Amino acid sequence: MPELTSRRGLLFGTAAVGAGALLTGCTSNESSDEPAANGQPAAADKPGKPVTIGFAGPQADHGWLNAINDNAERRAKKYSDVTLEITEGSNDTAAQIGQIETLINKKVDVLVVLPADGKALTQVGLKAMRAGIPVVNLDRIFNTPQAYRCWIGGDNYGMGLNAGHYIGRKLKGKSGARVVELAGLDNLELTKQRTQGFDDALKNYPNITKVARQAAEFTVESGQAKMAQLLQAQSSFDALWNHDDDQGVGALRAIEQAGRDGFLMVGGAGALSAFQAIKKDDGVLKATVLYPPTMAASAIDLARALGQGKGVGGLAEFEIPASLTLYSAVVDKENVDRYMPTGFK
Amino acid sequence: MTQHASPPRDSTGKVPSAGAPPVRRSLIAHADVRILSLLGVLAALILIGGITRPDEFLDTRNLQLVLTQASVIGVVTVGMTFVIISGGIDLSVGAIVALASVWATTVATQEYGFAGILFTAVIVGVGCGLVNGLLVAYGAMVPFIATLAMLASARGLALQITDGRTQIVTLPSVLDLGERDAYVLGVPPLVMVFAVVTIIGWLVLNRTTFGRRSVAVGGNAEAARLAGIDVRRQRLYLYLLSGLCCGIAAFLLIVLSGSGQNTNGNLYELDAIAAAIIGGTLLSGGRGTIVGSVLGVLIFTTITNIFALNNLQSDVQQIAKGAIIVAAVLVQRRTASTT
Repeated sequence: MPELTSRRGLLFGTAAVGAGALLTGCTSNESSDEPAANGQPAAADKPGKPVTIGFAGPQADHGWLNAINDNAERRAKKYSDVTLEITEGSNDTAAQIGQIETLINKKVDVLVVLPADGKALTQVGLKAMRAGIPVVNLDRIFNTPQAYRCWIGGDNYGMGLNAGHYIGRKLKGKSGARVVELAGLDNLELTKQRTQGFDDALKNYPNITKVARQAAEFTVESGQAKMAQLLQAQSSFDALWNHDDDQGVGALRAIEQAGRDGFLMVGGAGALSAFQAIKKDDGVLKATVLYPPTMAASAIDLARALGQGKGVGGLAEFEIPASLTLYSAVVDKENVDRYMPTGFK
Repeated sequence: MTQHASPPRDSTGKVPSAGAPPVRRSLIAHADVRILSLLGVLAALILIGGITRPDEFLDTRNLQLVLTQASVIGVVTVGMTFVIISGGIDLSVGAIVALASVWATTVATQEYGFAGILFTAVIVGVGCGLVNGLLVAYGAMVPFIATLAMLASARGLALQITDGRTQIVTLPSVLDLGERDAYVLGVPPLVMVFAVVTIIGWLVLNRTTFGRRSVAVGGNAEAARLAGIDVRRQRLYLYLLSGLCCGIAAFLLIVLSGSGQNTNGNLYELDAIAAAIIGGTLLSGGRGTIVGSVLGVLIFTTITNIFALNNLQSDVQQIAKGAIIVAAVLVQRRTASTT
């Protein structure tokens, strides 16, 4: 079609723009409730040497990643001596390398990097270290320790372990107990680690058998679909561990739709909606195992300490540690209030 | 029901012309052979499911489950089938479902209640379809590129609206529609919508001028133009139709999952295209049936269901799914050519 009927095109175009304008009012997501605050006190010491921290993370297309950015920004604002240079998040390895190189050229004092892909970004980590900029590697680890000064991240194996032990204790004395696992995206190594931890923990409880495992994709949609199938496959079971609270929204929906209860559900990650459900205690969700997004706030603390040449308060060392694996605490009704402010949407 | 809408160019005489009643003489029409082989595949799957997990698979609740899980992608596939029959392709369906589902579940939209959510989902779908249609029909863009651009921007906009957050629906009127209490005579409302969309789709394709024009445009656009069909307007309408189906599917997904998320509708485009192709729709256009596409969707959903019931893991599921696509197409081609 070589020629273009411009008048009709214009007409349709105007109509489309009009319809769009009508709807744009509906995109607002402002709600009255406050965003998740970062309750923990900042490092108590007095302001020191000013530090510029460069922060590069992936695109925040998931509640947890969004919370990572929030935590980093909020933490940096608490320190009068910290300036945060935050880049537009990207899942594209090449784009993220470019952003980090820009931060290196700007000569920031310390870099905090949550790579979209740890292995692929190793080279740029090395480059920063060689340029004399210490790197705090957040969660997704680089290939070599030479590429970072300090690694801080969550413990996927520990998540599974703690979920398994929690369920094991709750089902103590129940003979022939049946457990079901709703895993996350199976393509990821972290999913395998979580499952490994879970299986290892369950080995301590001979009365428990894991009868089924299905992998969802960290999305609400997949959580609903896979959970609905699991419920159909297992007419009765005593406990369920779901790797991720985001897909847990879908899983809970499927459980509600099937009208099922009589089992204990443990979540993963620490979403606000999960905390609220645990606090309300009127459904199957009784606990969730943390993969704390507050690690981004701690990474800022570490970066500041690095920039000022200090150690971590409360430890005897003069330097910050080289590696810090966070604990995957189990949040249940007893301690949920304490963790509520860290819950992400 | 399985009548075949035939294009002007490849009517061999065996194929009944569009609008005529199904012809059954010594030979069964091509389309019927296709449909029969699809039904054969489905029957084989049901047999496998029934043997491996008889109690869980052959159960009313499981039938309800399979049909419910099929309804969202099924509605998308009906729209996709029309686009492919006309010689086009719509790669943006998954992204449109995502955008419509998040736009319809924002805090602001939810204030308008059930009608607000339904209206927004449908209008956003239609709006995206309109843009696709204008770009393809009047902007003379290749459908692959135009809808790929829509895929990227709709996903981006969905992410911008949600900020990566999961938007939970709090309206009981919407949520209740997905509960067991809402089933009418054992049929979930979602499945009813799927059935209605399928029937309307079948009627439009086989019993209306619009349907015949769509096939004609896909068969030979130049011949269609010479025959007096406004090819560009027809194309515009077809992408609008696909967008409309995405809007409806987005609403179904909101009801099903009780939420809107920018990751919704992930890879729907591939699932819908695969189902349409398995169902006998020609990727180059000019041929296809709604019944075939819907059977394609049901085959996929049943496979997923049987795998999950037998506790097979994702890796095995993916390998088997690929093998089954190839097998289904080969079997179909063989049965079709030996007739």
